[in-house]
Amino acid sequence: MNIVVCVKYVPDAQADRTFSQDNTTDRTNVDGLLSELDEYAVEEALKLAEAGEGEVTVVTVGPDGAAEAIKKALQMGADKGVHVLDDAIHGSDAPATSLVLAEAVKKAAGGSPELVLMGLASTDGTMSVVPAMLAERLGLPQITQLSSLEIADGKVTGRRDSDAASDTLEAPLPAVVSVTDQINEPRYPSFKGIMAAKKKPVETWSLADLGVDAGQVGLESAWTKVESFTARPPREQGEIVTDEGDGGTKLAEFLAKAKLI
Amino acid sequence: MTDIWLTPERVALRDAVTRFTKKHIAPQLSQWEDDGAIPRELHRTMAESGYLGVGFAEEVGGSGGDIIDVSIVAEAIIQAGGSSGLIACLFTHGIAIPHIVASGNTDLIDRYARPTLAGELIGSLGVTEPGGGSDVAAVRTRAVRDGDNYLVTGSKMFITSGVRSDFVTTLVRTGGDGHDGLSLLVIDKGLPGFSVSQPLRKMGWHCSDTAELTFDNTPVPASQLVGGEGEGFVAVMRQFVNERINLAVHGYAVAQRALDLATEYARTRETFGRPIIDRQAIRHKLVKMHRRVAESRALTRSVIERAAAGEEPIADACLAKNSAVEACDYVVDEAVQIFGGAGYLRESEVERHYRDSRILGIGGGTNEILDDLAAKLLGYSSGGKR
Repeated sequence: MNIVVCVKYVPDAQADRTFSQDNTTDRTNVDGLLSELDEYAVEEALKLAEAGEGEVTVVTVGPDGAAEAIKKALQMGADKGVHVLDDAIHGSDAPATSLVLAEAVKKAAGGSPELVLMGLASTDGTMSVVPAMLAERLGLPQITQLSSLEIADGKVTGRRDSDAASDTLEAPLPAVVSVTDQINEPRYPSFKGIMAAKKKPVETWSLADLGVDAGQVGLESAWTKVESFTARPPREQGEIVTDEGDGGTKLAEFLAKAKLI
Repeated sequence: MTDIWLTPERVALRDAVTRFTKKHIAPQLSQWEDDGAIPRELHRTMAESGYLGVGFAEEVGGSGGDIIDVSIVAEAIIQAGGSSGLIACLFTHGIAIPHIVASGNTDLIDRYARPTLAGELIGSLGVTEPGGGSDVAAVRTRAVRDGDNYLVTGSKMFITSGVRSDFVTTLVRTGGDGHDGLSLLVIDKGLPGFSVSQPLRKMGWHCSDTAELTFDNTPVPASQLVGGEGEGFVAVMRQFVNERINLAVHGYAVAQRALDLATEYARTRETFGRPIIDRQAIRHKLVKMHRRVAESRALTRSVIERAAAGEEPIADACLAKNSAVEACDYVVDEAVQIFGGAGYLRESEVERHYRDSRILGIGGGTNEILDDLAAKLLGYSSGGKR
């Protein structure tokens, strides 16, 4: 089975993240990495490929540094990578990103892929909408937010857990599937994997290579824009309720004052 | 020119081991210190990720890489919240199986090296005896040929991972006095007459089990001989260079970690309305600690690079280890001082490094033995340079 995994290069969530002068995410002055939520998609793809015959291709859309996200996935064990790199993409929103990804996935898979895997969300945008948009653009069924996944008899089956219930969902292949951080434990790149990644092929494509009009993407075409931002206020120190036999009452009063009960 | 310590692959290796350590080691280390041992499962988890076998060829079950990569793994583990003691017990194979691998004995490699690098077996090295440590040629444990077996009698002391290990690569006397009479035997745990003491209680390295091993006419098949009879001393000595280099890495890496912890503490700890890092007395301490770390790391890394290039820098490995040990002793002491009372508490990491580091100037050749060896090799004796 040939699997395409879409991954994103994001600012390190542990670092101080901010915006650039044009109100897009600052990707220059902060360390970037493969979105941790995408590691679960890479791991699931590797497990599926290892269980049978197949190839895992990692696709990313992003600036120069995004090559690092591909490299990390290759070190984990993916077979090859595709980096869509074009200055015109800067500032693209989710619809534009899904447009570029759709063309990249088709080209990478030589037509229609058998399975497209994605993470639950990126750790910077955290919108969770690109998998659905990509499925729509590819004309494929989508199953999102799976915490288990099985491929059999030309179908993908999986479980989606929510607070209220767990649903079992299935779709015929090919399909677009997004997975949660409950589905597996992503492997660490082994030393052998790190060394082997050096020799794995990575192609870099422009919008022209994909036949995408630059006017359809980028900040100017975005449906949503960040108008302004302010830094998150520092966390205030919590209130310590000392239990002197009346702890329950004090706690209830605290919650009532905060209009939580 | 590309820094060979900062190639993309080595940066990735450091990053991967750092993440592994933060998840699988650092949160549990205090518990393992209390337990007096690390779990076997950690060996398997580490092997699955391919880090246990760094420095060993793929042909014998390793992951490839050289002594620079081995050093990067150790640096990353310590700087991500691991410890010297943790590495001592998790990577005991670094001293237990190199002789087996170097011998080229495919039977022993398949039965011991390969499963150990897969995390399935734990090995240890038995050289030191109750009657002597650094004087390796004085080993008294005797192996007498008896048909297809050797009958081994004697005892080994301060054996790292000796409680948990499945086999011991043991230096025994098969011949007469002196180093020519020494050989290496791989001795399986559980053989008749082979007994293991209770874990020895130590000042530091609490997560690393240490044992005294006793052999009483223990029959060991002659096929367990590593190399030939009389080749044990040279084999052990050859590996001592790597062991000393590895311990030097522990020294400067622990010192760096203690410096980082002390710096962070000094930034947040306030006295009289100011963080103590703004006090000249503390700043000067930190910068002296920084200098000691930088000096010992630079010297050690230069020796590592020569070893990676195929040299056998015996004298300079001695100097590097002693330099790193001195730096480590100085820095962990100052780190505890900066932490003050908090640094004297068991739950503080610098307290553990302070205790752990004391062994670094004793194990793998004491400071005094290494100074003496370096002096001889560098010509500081009436006999001149050898």
